Amino acid sequence: MAGDTHAPAAAGATQQTGQQGTRKEAATRALADVPRVPGAKKPDPVLVADGVVRRFGGLTAVSVDHVEIQRGAITALIGPNGAGKTTFFNLLTGFDRPDEGKWSFDGTDLARVPAHKVARRGMVRTFQLTKALSRLTVLQNMLLGASGQKGESLLRAAFAGIWRSQEKANTERAMELLGRFKLDKKADDFAGSLSGGQRKLLEMARALMSDPQVVMLDEPMAGVNPALTQSLLGHVKDLREQGMTVLFVEHDMDMVRDISDWVVVMAQGKVVAEGPPDSVMADPAVIEAYLGGHHDVSLADEAAAAELEKEIEAEVEAEIAQDDAKDGHAR
Amino acid sequence: MDISILNNALAAAIGLDTVIYALAALGLNIQFGYAGLLNFGQAAFVAIGSYGIATIVSIAGLPFVVGILVGLAGSVVFALLLGIPTLRLRADYLAIATIAASEVVRLLARSNSLGAYTGGSNGLSGFAEGFYDLNPFPQGTYGFGPFAANERNTWILLVGWLLVALVALATWAIMRSPWGRVLKGIREDEDAVRALGKNVYAYKMQALVLGGLVGTLGGFVFSLGRAAVQPDNYATAFTFFTYTVLLLGGAARVLGPVVGAAIFWVVLSLTDGVLRGAIQEGWIPAALMSSSQVGQVRFMLVGLALMLLMIYRPQGIFGDRRELALDGR
Amino acid sequence: MRRAATALVALVLAVMAVVVGASAATAATETPTPAAAGQTTETTAASGSESGGLAITARVRTADGGDVEGASISVTQDGAQVATGTTDAQGSASLPVPAPGAYDVELDVDSLPESAQGLEPRSPTISTTVEEGRDRTVAFRLSEEGGGSSAGAGAGDQVLQRIATGLRFGLVIALGAIGLSLIFGTTGLTNFAHSELITLGALTTYFYTVIAGLPFLLAAAAGLVTCGVFGYLNDRVLWQPLRRRGTGLIAMMIVSIGLSLFLRYLYLYVFDGGVRTFPGYAGQGGVQVLPGVLLRPLDLWTMGLSVVVLVVVALALVKTRLGKATRAVADNPALASASGIDVDRVIRTVWVVGSALAGLSGVVLGLQQGISFQMGFQILLLVFAAVTLGGLGTAFGAVVGSLIVGLFVELSTLLIPSELQNLGALVILILILLVRPQGILGRAQRIG
Repeated sequence: MAGDTHAPAAAGATQQTGQQGTRKEAATRALADVPRVPGAKKPDPVLVADGVVRRFGGLTAVSVDHVEIQRGAITALIGPNGAGKTTFFNLLTGFDRPDEGKWSFDGTDLARVPAHKVARRGMVRTFQLTKALSRLTVLQNMLLGASGQKGESLLRAAFAGIWRSQEKANTERAMELLGRFKLDKKADDFAGSLSGGQRKLLEMARALMSDPQVVMLDEPMAGVNPALTQSLLGHVKDLREQGMTVLFVEHDMDMVRDISDWVVVMAQGKVVAEGPPDSVMADPAVIEAYLGGHHDVSLADEAAAAELEKEIEAEVEAEIAQDDAKDGHAR
Repeated sequence: MDISILNNALAAAIGLDTVIYALAALGLNIQFGYAGLLNFGQAAFVAIGSYGIATIVSIAGLPFVVGILVGLAGSVVFALLLGIPTLRLRADYLAIATIAASEVVRLLARSNSLGAYTGGSNGLSGFAEGFYDLNPFPQGTYGFGPFAANERNTWILLVGWLLVALVALATWAIMRSPWGRVLKGIREDEDAVRALGKNVYAYKMQALVLGGLVGTLGGFVFSLGRAAVQPDNYATAFTFFTYTVLLLGGAARVLGPVVGAAIFWVVLSLTDGVLRGAIQEGWIPAALMSSSQVGQVRFMLVGLALMLLMIYRPQGIFGDRRELALDGR
Repeated sequence: MRRAATALVALVLAVMAVVVGASAATAATETPTPAAAGQTTETTAASGSESGGLAITARVRTADGGDVEGASISVTQDGAQVATGTTDAQGSASLPVPAPGAYDVELDVDSLPESAQGLEPRSPTISTTVEEGRDRTVAFRLSEEGGGSSAGAGAGDQVLQRIATGLRFGLVIALGAIGLSLIFGTTGLTNFAHSELITLGALTTYFYTVIAGLPFLLAAAAGLVTCGVFGYLNDRVLWQPLRRRGTGLIAMMIVSIGLSLFLRYLYLYVFDGGVRTFPGYAGQGGVQVLPGVLLRPLDLWTMGLSVVVLVVVALALVKTRLGKATRAVADNPALASASGIDVDRVIRTVWVVGSALAGLSGVVLGLQQGISFQMGFQILLLVFAAVTLGGLGTAFGAVVGSLIVGLFVELSTLLIPSELQNLGALVILILILLVRPQGILGRAQRIG
């Protein structure tokens, strides 16, 4: 919102205790003494979740006892397919409602707050399947991200005089962001004409239009060609350097090693491990979670087919439930 | 076959039906074209306008201006009733709920139980005089050639087209604003817009109410122009015709509905005239088609047009190819 | 392929059972027109009157559905007589009118034949408006004391009778609903043209038996096969290519509306706007099934048959490989496809079987209410209500939902005028969407 002007730098100021150095170092220092156990307390958590449970029918998709996300750091949420990462994400951002539990953002309770209000409070998310608005231009996509627009009220919409100057300022800001993401030349193209990677970039840039405190990225690297992956990773690191907190979902462990300050591992709906990337990847619980799960089993093989015949297996049910109803069918 | 077929077709381009469907489609354009709402109950919004005037004037005996206010208020209430339960649901649920609600309105209007207020299945008439008393045109014929009309028709058409122009202007003004941008965003993907902090539900409700109100304006023109209301005019076919009109002209274009309505009625008038003429001249054997079956051919053509448009040119016949390439709907 | 064949054989067996059932019902009765409770005028978008002009069709029948022949009808406009006529053996008289406009249609009560002596219409005059290109039908319903409801039966008996007719109606809806629900489940298509499949079953059966002269049972079987083939073509020619193109669900839904409109008026064009009955099933009297419950033997046979068919379908869905595959596809097409299920074949099968079931629904409905070009469309919203109530995409939910809707429609007439009975079901449909949008048996899905 226009009112709470947390400039990107302000959010991270708390842990910048006079020391010089990049925010990566700051985040690493701040997390250095945090115990490597699930549910560990962080020195300056921006997001705290307690006892969050989501069930689909008989299956418990998410059951997180306690988790804290450190402010100003990049936290990766990893786990095999069906671990409940996206569901947890949806719960935190108000896109789904839990059966139990509460969580707070920056000290204020967020449980049962609708998705759009979560976003307005400064916690903006992207989606696993990119949601570029195809028949809007790239610039219109960006402008949609700006918050506190006067012209978004129906009563004022018809009177261009009321919103024109704000629109101009937003356009300038949008072009600046597009420039940073190297999309400025595409500003007047339909978003639907962009490549998959460019859509990911656009979605991220759009999320930044509202100056969020926390950016939540759902598999930002999924479906992006390797050439663009590095650029995307660079942008994610950049968010931290501007003082934003980043929480992102990923199921490929190698992808997170390079950029994350902290890793939270989920398996079967629970947080099974936490820690800096290197220590987490050596954790037997994590290896068990990945190898014990069957995310690498080809669905085409006999076992999976047989499973399917024995009614809908639990994991599938979770997947379906996670899908947006619209995407669930024949898209 | 004679020149009157062409004359009739030309007259249809600016005729009463064109005005009514242009208004209904302008409303639907706000809902479906811009916001992506599948309102299949536009006929009910039109009916509420028509019956608003008819019932208030002929049953309650109040001036027609009161009828207009009641119609508009009724339209808002109906939109809220429909929207509150369904706008949080998937698009196809809204479609089923609105089509059901529109049938509820029609069945109520034609029921004997409410016959005292609605005239039952015969409808109402004789309520339009208050409107025509305001007619500034003295008795006579106005216009030229195919567009000539008596003073009553001239009056209602003038008012109708004025409404169309005003609504089109208002649509243009709000759709270029950030508000219109949010609406278009919702049409593309409402979750994305929600994630950007917009109250999607409120926007959808606003679009539903606004589009319904415009449809209700069409209802006023319908009842005043015909000087009668009859419940079966507001069956689901009306809504389907309106969709065809909208798709013909191009959804999410300010003037799409107006252009679509004109084309729609010109084409129907032409096919009607040509078929009837051909039957009279004996070019189409009576065994194949009688003149009373011409009306049925009209419906078949509309159905076919709706299918073909949606499959091959969802962006309308004048639409942008670029948009077609992106069209995932 | 073997499984598909098994399913088809099961279907054909089911059809044969229908046929046997229907033939067993020998004594026949004329069936009342749909929605002819009370005096109504119906728009029937022009029947093929010889003159080629507009006409008002007047129908005179008794409350229990008997056609009244020889009644004099006159049409006046502003007091001037425009046309006169006498009802024929079907109880109808076609009265040509010169132009669109408002007319009064009057039944000369004194002209009523002996069979209808002592009965009277609610009102001897009905006002109606004829519109350009559309003929009108007005119906005079004769009863003792001018159209009062059938008083006399005790309230308890009424309830039982309504439950029986509600079940009868619910089974018809269920036959139509399964296909709609499974097609939705497997392809995501909300098929508004499903009602035209229902009508097609009745129309083709009528064609095979009346025009082609086949025995009714054979005609019904041929009708259902025609429906199955038509369903197959539907998918092959229209929907499968659209799916391949990646056409959106909303676009497909609008296409189905266009198809529905096209087919419905094609039926009208070919079949005209009248209500017909299957020959040989007129005049069958009701028998006492339970104290207070009257049903025709024909109804009992068709209800029994519907139950058998529904059970066969349910067993096929649960037991056969194809049935399981169908449910897997309905749950998650992408996953089912990845696990080696031939999704297209499943969808085709669903179309064929679903269409044939819809056709059967039409035949049964035709036996109950008569056949008209819009018979399917008139119950479409109730079918939607049933499917929604049961949970979109689930076959069992559709059956449960159908029975509830059928019962609700019939039982509601105890409290509200029967002309509003469908209205109650539609209101319930909207309320369900409000309270439990996933339906009774549907899985809770994240919404909004």
